[in-house]
Amino acid sequence: MINARVVRGVVGVAGLLAVAELIGRSGVVDPVLLPRMSAVLAGAAELLVDPRFLSDISGTLLVWGGGLLIAVVVAAPLGILLGSLPKADLAARPLVEFLRPIPSIVLIPLVTFLLPWDHGVKMTVVVYAALWPVLINTMYGLRDVDPLAKETLRSFGFGKLAVLRRVSLPSAAPFVVTGVRVATSIALIVTISAELLAGGSDGIGAYMIRAQAGFRTDLVLAATVWTGVLGFAANALLVRAHRWAFRWHVVKAGGAT
Amino acid sequence: MLDVVNLRHTYGEGPNAHQALGGIDLKVAEGELVCVVGPSGCGKSTLLRSIAGLIQPTEGQIRIRDAAVAETPGDLAVVFQDYSRSLFPWMSVGENVALPLRRRGKDRAARRAAAAEALEAVGLSAASGKYPWELSGGMQQRVAIARALAYRPSLLLMDEPFGSVDAQTREDLEDLVLRVREHHRMTILLITHDIDESVYVGDRVVVLSKSPARVAGELSVNLPSPRDQIATRELPAFVHLRAEVGRLVRAKDQVPGA
Repeated sequence: MINARVVRGVVGVAGLLAVAELIGRSGVVDPVLLPRMSAVLAGAAELLVDPRFLSDISGTLLVWGGGLLIAVVVAAPLGILLGSLPKADLAARPLVEFLRPIPSIVLIPLVTFLLPWDHGVKMTVVVYAALWPVLINTMYGLRDVDPLAKETLRSFGFGKLAVLRRVSLPSAAPFVVTGVRVATSIALIVTISAELLAGGSDGIGAYMIRAQAGFRTDLVLAATVWTGVLGFAANALLVRAHRWAFRWHVVKAGGAT
Repeated sequence: MLDVVNLRHTYGEGPNAHQALGGIDLKVAEGELVCVVGPSGCGKSTLLRSIAGLIQPTEGQIRIRDAAVAETPGDLAVVFQDYSRSLFPWMSVGENVALPLRRRGKDRAARRAAAAEALEAVGLSAASGKYPWELSGGMQQRVAIARALAYRPSLLLMDEPFGSVDAQTREDLEDLVLRVREHHRMTILLITHDIDESVYVGDRVVVLSKSPARVAGELSVNLPSPRDQIATRELPAFVHLRAEVGRLVRAKDQVPGA
């Protein structure tokens, strides 16, 4: 079952690469604008031993991971607070709905004035973008807790805080982790976007700008491949962690009772 | 031990207000098993939730061992009909049973021992390490009963505890409750809509009228113990009692146009 899925996935990727290679070789497009896929993959392999690119990757990882971490540390407790206090939720809702759709990239000019540190600027932008999925998922997770589960513990004489700790939090945890997973993908997109827009000393986006200036479209695409690999790996890791930690939730959501 | 005086409860306000309880008086003696029967929607659950402190009744008094019921009573346990929502799916069966014992100030070892003992009493020792959702419905309800037993409440409340299991499991669970009650000398208030069940397990049956609920009548059940699913149910006294209870339930169940 899983093997069949892996095989199909590999076939899909190989097919796409083959088509791209054929288009590159047919001479329809100028190879400087769209290099052959084999050249891109060869470039991607070379990048792995390019110390400059490796420091760019570590710059991206720092902004991405740091921004994500700060976002979770801020948004999860805030979500717990808003999710368990209906009045605070009502007061915060219009503000959340106003702030959420603002594209985080617009913060770049503003934050550049406030922070002299270019990683800090990018991280701020990532934090802003990654906050919302964690906050919203945490709030919904808490509001979704089965009232009967809470009443069960209350009837045994447990107080509000104990019910929050023993029932609401474990019950909402899978939703929080789903929020983190969504935030992880968004954070990577925003990290690379910020690097492309704001430049800075390192980062995969900064590498792309330099490669583009040297007309090395193959290396721009090679860096893109590594960005995709990073996003894919992070998502796969979180999906696995979710399944492993919340087996009970997967079973329940699957309709088996 | 349980004393309910003139309990009234109204949901909502104004023209949409719905009076669920219309003044209920109820006494349960120490060690007694009282069944409350009534037509569905009559307010049985509202009564139980008031006693459990889960809702604040509009009017009236509830006293357990002469102490007024506070928001979190602390010395009672509730077994709900919906075991799959009442058990915590992220905990093993053993952890579910042990959890309420934190309120008893017991250390980890004592909690585990008490949980193991309660699971043994319901015949589920082997399931301690499993998760509730890995068990059948009847087994899950036995876990919920074990959780209540381990807590050793002075009063055990059961809200349609056998309403979501098949007939065979239902009979097994009825006998289980009778057995553990004998063994632990517990006081139990059991709510059901099943007339036969109320006569079979109860020492006394209290019949509620349709909403707003009042006590329509009550009967002492003087059937020999231990009870037996076949022999007890064919006794003339059993047949007579269930007819009596049925009459009380029906008498107040006449809804015009229904």
